[in-house]
Amino acid sequence: MSDNDPQRIAIETRVNGTSVHAEVESRTLLTDFLRQDLRLTGTNVGCEHGVCGACTVLFDGEPVRACLIFAVQANGHTIETVESLANSEEELHPLQEAFREAHALQCGFCTPGILMSLAPDLDEIAALDEDAIRERLSGNLCRCTGYQHIVDAIQSMNPEADGD
Amino acid sequence: MTDTPYFGRRVPRNEDATLLTGRAQFIDDVDLPDMLHVAFWRSDFAHARITGVDLSAVRARPDVVAAYVADDLGDIWGPGPLLVPPPPIEDIVFHERCQVPLARDRVLHAGEPVVAIVATSRYAAEDALEDVRVDLEPIDAVVDLHAALEQDAPVLHEGLDSNLAAHCVQQKGNYEEASANAELVLERRFHYDRGASAAIENRGVVANWDDSNGKLTIWDTTQAPIPIRNGLAGLYGLAERQVDVIAPFIGGGFGPKIMMFYPEEVVVPWIAMQLGRPVKWIEDRSENFYATTQERSQIHDAKVAFDADGRILGVHDVFLHDTGAYDPYGLTVAINAQCTLLGCYDVPAYYSEFTAVFTNRPIVTPVRGAGRQHGVFVMERMLDLAARELDIDRVEIRRRNYLAPDDFPHDHGLVYQDFSSLTYDSGNYAPALERAAEMIDFPAWRDGGREEAHAAGAHEGVGIVSYVEGTGIGPYEGARVSIDPSGEVHVATGVGTQGQGHYTTLAQIVADAVGADVARVHVVTGDTREFNWGTGTFASRGAVVAGHACHAAGMAVREKIVECAATHFGVDGESLELGAGKVTVAAEPDRSITLGDLASLANPLRGAVVPGTEPGLEATAYFGPARGATASGVHAMRDCCRPGDVRRADPRLRCGA
Repeated sequence: MSDNDPQRIAIETRVNGTSVHAEVESRTLLTDFLRQDLRLTGTNVGCEHGVCGACTVLFDGEPVRACLIFAVQANGHTIETVESLANSEEELHPLQEAFREAHALQCGFCTPGILMSLAPDLDEIAALDEDAIRERLSGNLCRCTGYQHIVDAIQSMNPEADGD
Repeated sequence: MTDTPYFGRRVPRNEDATLLTGRAQFIDDVDLPDMLHVAFWRSDFAHARITGVDLSAVRARPDVVAAYVADDLGDIWGPGPLLVPPPPIEDIVFHERCQVPLARDRVLHAGEPVVAIVATSRYAAEDALEDVRVDLEPIDAVVDLHAALEQDAPVLHEGLDSNLAAHCVQQKGNYEEASANAELVLERRFHYDRGASAAIENRGVVANWDDSNGKLTIWDTTQAPIPIRNGLAGLYGLAERQVDVIAPFIGGGFGPKIMMFYPEEVVVPWIAMQLGRPVKWIEDRSENFYATTQERSQIHDAKVAFDADGRILGVHDVFLHDTGAYDPYGLTVAINAQCTLLGCYDVPAYYSEFTAVFTNRPIVTPVRGAGRQHGVFVMERMLDLAARELDIDRVEIRRRNYLAPDDFPHDHGLVYQDFSSLTYDSGNYAPALERAAEMIDFPAWRDGGREEAHAAGAHEGVGIVSYVEGTGIGPYEGARVSIDPSGEVHVATGVGTQGQGHYTTLAQIVADAVGADVARVHVVTGDTREFNWGTGTFASRGAVVAGHACHAAGMAVREKIVECAATHFGVDGESLELGAGKVTVAAEPDRSITLGDLASLANPLRGAVVPGTEPGLEATAYFGPARGATASGVHAMRDCCRPGDVRRADPRLRCGA
């Protein structure tokens, strides 16, 4: 954002449960607003084309690509980022625990986006068969894992599984 | 497996909580006060003459701080270093042509940067790109490997009369003689097209010049921060101790993030020094597709001679290797293809000749496999084709040609990419092959299963591949292990980390050595402030080479622990047991001391440190292998395609590896 650009617009949004008042350029992407203005750097940027899914956050509870949304569009809405899942590294969200247990991440750059894609409908997704889980993962690219362990992590969370 | 609490056992990764909660620092998370942002103007032509650059409108923009072309760079402008010189192979030809920081007279590939713009934000820097005026006269682009070597092809580099970048022949035995009485000689051409590694995290560089203490700090998405530190210090006329390079968490490396001295890696820190302000450049995805190095284009013309039993008599392979517009990484990729082709097999005669070719395409450097897979594919396809011709099953033809367990060490008489002889240290390939074949139920497929599936309308195919991978090459790595009075164990090593799990695997090695809880072993990688001797992470060498160094340093600390505890308890060192973060007198389990308390004792405030000893529980050690280690593997796959849709693989895929 350019400091000498007069086209700044006031927005009011709720991010990870905290209300935020800010002035942003109209063209500022939500990714840049979250990462630079709010210093919520857990949301990673991989392509800025809406393809890789690394920047996925929840917008009024629904997964969206933060790189395809302007910060001004968040005005009056709620945003949740990966930072909302756990209060500390010692108290992980069950999905984060499942990822850790199944070795579902390597470099970890795509991971926050994957977690945020899955988090809202976790119970429903975990109960799907492998084909359907892979379909639900198809909006998130990972170059390290080959996805198998991500699928394993999700399946381990199936509340209807017999625990094998 | 030895009886170790951690090594070789499954443990949760130490780094996962940091990554999963979004707290890991990646390059774009580095944020410094008053930081400026860089955008590069890149050529969209693959081959063009630069006849003029006008930056007046750029410089007139209020939020642009500076803009640079090649001539502004002064002494730092020039070809980058040759990272790997050609190996000592008889009659080898190699023409060194390395990339420059900003193109001056000609651009040789799309994506080559011509102008660097510095502005108060990335948005403002990209706005200013619109005002750049570069006059380019396009030249015919050279992209086809055969056409590139034609007499009338446009020549990329001045001082050369063709696009030949290198030529190399390696052989053992005599292929012509060996194949004279062959039952079968197969000939095939294999084309490999381009590939990009496309790590989800693009590249980036952040740099800060601190004038008050003459120190340049660079955060860089590099797999090899120490060579980058040393190279940039030399280039900028600084002492190595004045430059620190930090590779933070990196979102995938896969080769192209190796010590490349990319234009941006050279220009961004220089800008920080010029302006006295922190400067950041983060590659975007469209830049990544043509400004980051790539791999793969090769064309192999292969001949393999077999006897009637399917035994290989000789291999003759002539290939073209696309090195792209420049060749800073020397011949590593082509040599890997040449030397890995032989695989697990006993090949009495081998003739291998390659020609590396300059083309107007992005630079080729190692990417995931670094050329090895090209060679493997040639050999494995030829074995499959021979199996069909000679009516031998595909598992059997491999087994018949494997080197036997007592054939090792096996010296192929070729020079490998690390300049040592291509010698396999050990190997026993048949058990892995048999296990993989069993995992996909190969015998059932071979003995009628395929026909049965076909009769039921399904196309069921099998793929079996075996390979040898040269890995764990030198020159060396080092590590420092120290125990803090809190009981936390700290490990520092020079290699970078891009997701390999070093924070855990190296911690496992050290935890066993010093008898600590693995979760209390904290590993730092890729930060010259912490450790500044070593090379980097590439060629699957991190665990082998840095792992050995960590073990050696850990064992040296263990000796100090034992000595210190023996003195403390007044007992013989051999009567002590180490584990769970403490030292215990084996015969008297209630007499124990924690590693933290021992560390305090080892660093006394009173008394003397005896001459010839050192304070603290700390040690540094190095490891350098004489040659790389040999790994091997088998991949097997049985795949079923649905009726009427032979290209769509059934997810009921069975794999073994």
